[in-house]
Amino acid sequence: MHIPDGYLGPSTCLALYGGAAPFWYVALRKMKRALHTRAFPLLSLFSAFSFIVMMFNLPLPGGTTGHATGVGIASIALGPWASLLAISIALAIQALFFGDGGITALGANCFNMAVVGSLISYGVYRAIAGRSSLQSRQRIIAAGAAGYIAINISALAAAIEFGIQPALYHDAAGTPLYAPYPLHIAVPAMMIGHLTIAGLAELVISAGVVAYLQRADPILLRATAPNAITTATEAPGWKSLKPLWVTLAILMILTPFGILAAGSAWGEWAPEDFTHAAARSQIAAASGNHAPPVTAPAGLQRLSSFWTAPMPRYAPSFLRSPSFGYLLSAVAGTGVIILVFTLAGWMSGRHPG
Amino acid sequence: MRPGFIERTIATFLTAAEYTAGAETMAASKGALQRVDPRVKVAGLLGLIVAAALSRRLETIASLFAVAILLALASGVSPVRLLRWVWWPALLFTGAIALPAVFLTPGNPAFSLGPLTATHQGIRSALFLIARAETAVTYSALLAFTTPWPWAMKALRTLGCPAALVAILGMTFRYIFVILGTAAEMFESRQSRTVGRLEGPERRRMASAAAGALMEKSLQLSSEVHLAMQSRGYRGEVHILHDFRMSASDWLWLAGFVTLTGMAIWGGRG
Repeated sequence: MHIPDGYLGPSTCLALYGGAAPFWYVALRKMKRALHTRAFPLLSLFSAFSFIVMMFNLPLPGGTTGHATGVGIASIALGPWASLLAISIALAIQALFFGDGGITALGANCFNMAVVGSLISYGVYRAIAGRSSLQSRQRIIAAGAAGYIAINISALAAAIEFGIQPALYHDAAGTPLYAPYPLHIAVPAMMIGHLTIAGLAELVISAGVVAYLQRADPILLRATAPNAITTATEAPGWKSLKPLWVTLAILMILTPFGILAAGSAWGEWAPEDFTHAAARSQIAAASGNHAPPVTAPAGLQRLSSFWTAPMPRYAPSFLRSPSFGYLLSAVAGTGVIILVFTLAGWMSGRHPG
Repeated sequence: MRPGFIERTIATFLTAAEYTAGAETMAASKGALQRVDPRVKVAGLLGLIVAAALSRRLETIASLFAVAILLALASGVSPVRLLRWVWWPALLFTGAIALPAVFLTPGNPAFSLGPLTATHQGIRSALFLIARAETAVTYSALLAFTTPWPWAMKALRTLGCPAALVAILGMTFRYIFVILGTAAEMFESRQSRTVGRLEGPERRRMASAAAGALMEKSLQLSSEVHLAMQSRGYRGEVHILHDFRMSASDWLWLAGFVTLTGMAIWGGRG
């Protein structure tokens, strides 16, 4: 999509230099204000990176390879303003030193790829990614869509610029003096290549780099995701804990089955069990036929009355049904535990560190 | 065996490095354009590119192309190198776009090739496209091959380019080759550990991971460069030294460029 010299007429070139200039001005001011002394090294290094990424031979589905502009990655990592400057600088060096893209057409190339590409890419990425977490698959899809749509809108802009040349510049005999194809040829010719190979290359590199950064360095995605839900906030959500809640509910419903178990648990005896004949024989049977003391041990007798539970033996005094008492006890116990941990979480969130 | 994408990417990096090394060697030699003040050269060559873009006559564009070849020969830039690095790639790209125009442009029939009919207007239109593209790219190559990049940047500053833009262009150019080296090493090390042929998804994952890792390294390097700049007293203001001096021969070159550009614009009117 690098338009060489000679494809666009003088007034088109001037108009597109004029179209890109306000964006360069605003972007440079924003960068200097936001980054101050960091602006130059950051922009320079990222421009150099964008230049190199444009040289990658990207393997595409179907066995072919393509080159990307890197505008998707740049706008996702840096935001639209820094991206449009970085891509413009990379395009300027390509034109001035490597002869890739024209010098008179530099304004057009920057307008199409850097300005339109960066703004569209950023807009699409933010719209699709929404408030999803930095690690979500939604962000990979958003990045791929951003790269694909941005490069195609950029290509459409270039195609329109090509397509209006025959009407703007021709001699008396009707010879087109610059790009020779009218809109009805230029637009499909340009778009077929970009909807397939070039668009795919941009999609692959944008989505692939975001997927890589999610694994390796997610903090680099933070700059363009100010509203992203953090993993810590997202984890306790209803969806992620749904299986646990369901299991808990089933267990609570099943709690009355505990009544069916015969006898009492070993070591959980009440003081009166030591004087009750039936209870004494159960204690002896559960203790290898060793007879329990005739009376309850003094320590057990004293400490057993130290605390009276509100729901002794999982049977609230105001309920007649033992099964419902069990169920109510399970619900109350679980509720208290959840309440305690919720309060603890809230307190630790309020006082980090 | 057809090279894989790793080999092709490394080859692309090597071509860029070779192009730059060749350009720097030529820029350091003692040719005609190398001796010209960079400000005169930058303004003069850009003026000739604009003249070629403005021209509505093929003869004028052809004359400008002939002048470009003469300047190249006088500056020790061999036509073989121009053919390999400049003319052939431009012809491949522009030729592929221009060729269908020979048959698709409506106008007076010139000749037929089976079911296709070439028109006079189509042939002229294709020639315009190729001639302009080749002429402009030759002049921009002459600028790159006869001027060290830092001088070209300084010249842009004296010609009115904002200091911020010149500073970023200069830094970017310097670090392109640092990052290019890093990228080449990353691909070479991966190539040395790759046995057999990678499947498509694996190749794409590898290319994306390489781009992501390179981005991390670039951002990390930018932080280090920033600290180094600050430690040397950088506080956000850019100052570019001007140490060019115009000699009598530079004034003559300037007069020559102005005359040639003026003649090309005047002669290229439709």
